[in-house]
Amino acid sequence: MKITKLFTNNRKLVLFSVIFYVVVDVLHLTGVLNDYWIQITNVALINIILAVSLNLINGFAGQFSIGHMGFAAVGAYTAGTLTTIIWKLGVANSITKYLLFAVALILAGVAAAIVGYLIGLPTLRLRGDYLAIVTLAFGEIIRVIINATGYVGGPRGLLGIPKLSNFTIIFFVTLLSVIIMRNIVFSTIGRALKSIREDEVASELVGVDITRYKVLAFTIGSFFAGIAGALLCHLLQIAHPTQFGFIGSINVLVMVYIGGAGSISGSIVAAVGLTFLSEFLRLGIDNLNKIAPFPVGPEWRMVVYAVLLVAVMLYRTAGIMGGREFGILVPEEEGKNATGSQA
Amino acid sequence: MQPVLKLDSVTHYFGGLKAVSNFNLDLPEGVLWGLIGPNGAGKTTIFNLITGVYIPTQGKIYFLSEDITRYKPHTVVSRGIARTFQNLRIFPTLTALDNIRIAGHFRMKYGILGATIRSKDFYTSEKELTEKAMHLLELFKLHDRAYSPAKSLPYGELRRLEIARALATDPKLLLLDEPAAGMNPKEVENLMEMILWIRDHFKLTVYLIEHHMKVVMGICERIKVMDFGETIAEGNSSDIQNDPKVIEAYLGRQKNHAKG
Ligand SMILES: Nc1ncnc2c1ncn2[C@@H]1O[C@H](COP(=O)(O)OP(=O)(O)OP(=O)(O)O)[C@@H](O)[C@H]1O
Ligand SMILES: [Mg+2]
Repeated sequence: MKITKLFTNNRKLVLFSVIFYVVVDVLHLTGVLNDYWIQITNVALINIILAVSLNLINGFAGQFSIGHMGFAAVGAYTAGTLTTIIWKLGVANSITKYLLFAVALILAGVAAAIVGYLIGLPTLRLRGDYLAIVTLAFGEIIRVIINATGYVGGPRGLLGIPKLSNFTIIFFVTLLSVIIMRNIVFSTIGRALKSIREDEVASELVGVDITRYKVLAFTIGSFFAGIAGALLCHLLQIAHPTQFGFIGSINVLVMVYIGGAGSISGSIVAAVGLTFLSEFLRLGIDNLNKIAPFPVGPEWRMVVYAVLLVAVMLYRTAGIMGGREFGILVPEEEGKNATGSQA
Repeated sequence: MQPVLKLDSVTHYFGGLKAVSNFNLDLPEGVLWGLIGPNGAGKTTIFNLITGVYIPTQGKIYFLSEDITRYKPHTVVSRGIARTFQNLRIFPTLTALDNIRIAGHFRMKYGILGATIRSKDFYTSEKELTEKAMHLLELFKLHDRAYSPAKSLPYGELRRLEIARALATDPKLLLLDEPAAGMNPKEVENLMEMILWIRDHFKLTVYLIEHHMKVVMGICERIKVMDFGETIAEGNSSDIQNDPKVIEAYLGRQKNHAKG
């Protein structure tokens, strides 16, 4: 199986990841990390997939999409519906349930990719703000359709999804997703995307079929968003239209730009950082409320969060990583060409 | 002999503005011909029509007998036409090396799957591409800059990088739009030598737009003059220099300049 090559070609990255995985698992088993923090870690990992996949569209190909959670919704509801139905039949045992989940994840990706392709084809002739508006509308349309579809629970959400996601699965799906997207970025396809971002006319005139590559970026980005959505709903055991609304999409967008448009490393750092920051702030405000002589409402969390975001953007206008990558994420054959190895 | 490039009564309108009127060209293989004319004459528009940026309102364009009139730019490039731009169009944050490598994109022998699983084709294709790009950078004395972002290069080097990038598409025909723009006399001198060298070394046909009379008169074997979209003269440098219509087009314009 060629998949093994994905790991053998990335020894350092895989080694680092496995160490991380083992450490988290040990901390969990020894009770240092409780289930609550494992859950936050899981969400952070899913956010990595969302941020990196949106970065492919916004940061690398330079298109401005702001409806990313719409694609995650397509994946979540596709996979969620499938596993819920089969679960109810009671045919899945402790082994086949993972096979079922694998199939569901792939279908989620494919369904989201098809939608991404169909949206991308007519809309990618639009530029900048116009494209943003269309993707925004798309996200909302998806939400409205879900709300109106009783079969998937409508506004109540899709309930009773089997809990098939766990730390191990989420961790390795995230790792595989990041490696795949990284491999695409560091190839002639990634260069084509970046050239479109830098100058569309010049890109066409050195032989890049720009429409094709814009649609491709959209399709790949949607594919991984769909997988992230499927992981999420099998973790929370519910798919709810509000999870996939505008606010969710903006959150992913913030991760991309805080981390750095055009940097996979940046998206990873920002996805993990912001997920945990948000949790810390919540705990912090709760505790503050207990000791402060006056009430400190939970809304202060968002205020502090927003102020911190503004501060980061002012201090690092190109995001935390700029356009650079951690050396560990740069494939060997890129050698000195990757500005990232300095980061 | 068959022309490399043939434009057959090409006319182009921008709304009500006739930017190019009944333009004809038979460019034989291996020549270095020039296109001149005052500002706004329609020269760049001709390049944009040839390379598929615009589709002509009327007329046909043939490249090696193939009708390319309605081809998209990337298809035109893949047939063997490369160009540079009047106002540099470099990919600023990409390294000089990547600026060149991207021009080999349409010939790569692997797709998305090959990139994902890092297939054998991926490695051989990338290695070949990188070696070729490095060789081009060396030819244009840019190899020290291979790993620098293009935006950090000085203007003269960017001009060379853009030409090298055009050559990286393996063209048969090279279109240069005012390559001497913004250069000092010494650089212009080097550029003239370089264009001749490129034509011979890469065995190309070259079509050149230039405002610098010295460049055009010095290296072009045959020159066409445009004014307000019309072809007003054609011939070798001495024909052109003595043509009253050409003198009028340029001097007339200069007088207006002085007034304005
Ligand atoms: N995209 C466009 N839309 C509308 N008008 C245009 C467009 N491009 C060029 N024009 C007009 O067409 C005419 C020819 O322009 P073109 O750029 O071909 O001139 P040029 O000969 O290259 O001039 P210069 O020497 O200044 O580069 C000009 O009047 C210009 O304003
Ligand atoms: Mg021009």
